[in-house]
Amino acid sequence: MSAKSNTATQVLFDAPGPKGRRRILILSILSVLVIAGLIALGLWQFAKNGQLDPGRWVVYLRADYLAFLGQGLMGTLKATGMAAVVAFPLGLVLALGRHAQIPGLSHLVAVWIEFFRGIPMLLVVYAFLLALPAYGVNVPRFWMLVIPMILVSSATTAEVFRAGIRAVDKGQREAAAAIGLSGFDTMFSVILPQAVRLVLPSLILALVSLLKDSTLGFVVSYNELQFQGKTMVSITRYLVQTYVVVSVIYIAINFLLTRVALMLDARMKARAASS
Amino acid sequence: MQAISENIPLLLQGIGTTIALTFLGYLFALIVGTALAVGRVSPIPPLRWAATVYVEIFRNIPLLSLLILIAFGLPDVGLTLPYFWCGVLGLTLSSAAFVCENVRSGINTVPIGHAEAARSIGLGFFGTLRHVVLPQAFRTMIQPLVNVFIGTVIGSSLCSAIAVMEITGVTQRLNIQYAQAVAMFLVAGAVYLALSLGGAYVGGVLERFASPADTRRRSPDRELDVTAGAQA
Repeated sequence: MSAKSNTATQVLFDAPGPKGRRRILILSILSVLVIAGLIALGLWQFAKNGQLDPGRWVVYLRADYLAFLGQGLMGTLKATGMAAVVAFPLGLVLALGRHAQIPGLSHLVAVWIEFFRGIPMLLVVYAFLLALPAYGVNVPRFWMLVIPMILVSSATTAEVFRAGIRAVDKGQREAAAAIGLSGFDTMFSVILPQAVRLVLPSLILALVSLLKDSTLGFVVSYNELQFQGKTMVSITRYLVQTYVVVSVIYIAINFLLTRVALMLDARMKARAASS
Repeated sequence: MQAISENIPLLLQGIGTTIALTFLGYLFALIVGTALAVGRVSPIPPLRWAATVYVEIFRNIPLLSLLILIAFGLPDVGLTLPYFWCGVLGLTLSSAAFVCENVRSGINTVPIGHAEAARSIGLGFFGTLRHVVLPQAFRTMIQPLVNVFIGTVIGSSLCSAIAVMEITGVTQRLNIQYAQAVAMFLVAGAVYLALSLGGAYVGGVLERFASPADTRRRSPDRELDVTAGAQA
């Protein structure tokens, strides 16, 4: 990450001379003061309203509180994992469907993908929560959350796989044709193995999206992390603290996943550049 | 259909609220995000760190968690905003992180040699920016910024969870009242699709407009943007 921001800095700024360095130092000190001031202002606002009272925060170190939130985290991971396991292969199938030479099919798949990419997942969740029961279709709460996650994620990952298939060098296809492979064999033995590796970082970021989407369990009362937080608030009344703790957990997991994805991507780019 | 015809004013109001949330959120996100990107590429280390921390927090927090924290948490620390503005604030904070990343990577796509060449022919900082860096960076930024717009459209639906009566909230309420679910959800879905596709269309036009003639047909066949679609 730092290397990247350095190149952007190099595009815009020359290496500073002595005068420039002095100016940067002064601006650095000023900006530290401003940032520290803003943080202090925020903390002061918290303290003024009694939200910094240590008693309101240390409760999150209690074993039973941690277990309660841990249960929510398990729910989140279960929903995310289940959705990913179904959605990613489905996304690949949809991507192949879009490439298929069968008239009608590729258009149908395109409409399906654009539809689920263009509407909010909350709407799909409401459809499962409110609309389908009116027609006698009742699914468990877990699936009320996970099926919409699958529908939305398969549409976005289909686009990811499609980009991956397109990113495989044209020469690979030509070489496969030259040694007499059929279209089917070309796709499955030459293009796809490379495409799937190329999109691996994007799939990890799709996992981040899924993890964020799983917060909609809040709406269907499936006990994932955000919903467990809500329950906890109704018991402890420590609203800010609970939701801050919950948010920090989400941020930490997603931060790690994003990091892994970017690292993987950087490594692949480096390998592609060296070969 | 009766549920729709009887409630046209309410539906229109919902659509208006969705549009207002989206456009205000996106507009502020563009401003904040660009300012953050300037911080992230500036030679001043503390600004770079602050902008990086901002991006890591707001790109990784689920939007629903953020909205709930703003709408229900801020009153507890003595700041009460109307729910509509809580929605705008949440959308702005979240989308700004993605805008920042897109602007920064847009600047990154400009080869360093171009900037060096511009400086060597005597262009100053703003001259380099205006004539060399920004025109090239802007073109590559359009598509990702359209994606952020669509993310903002979709994200605005979550504001119904904090009691903003936008189109998802309106249709949900009408659905409870009339139990004509399919029609209701089709209306809401159509609104979101129209906004998303409209945004994509405008982006396409802008992109064609911003490209010099000789690069218009250059297909981005071998480019793979890992972060595309990372926002949700």
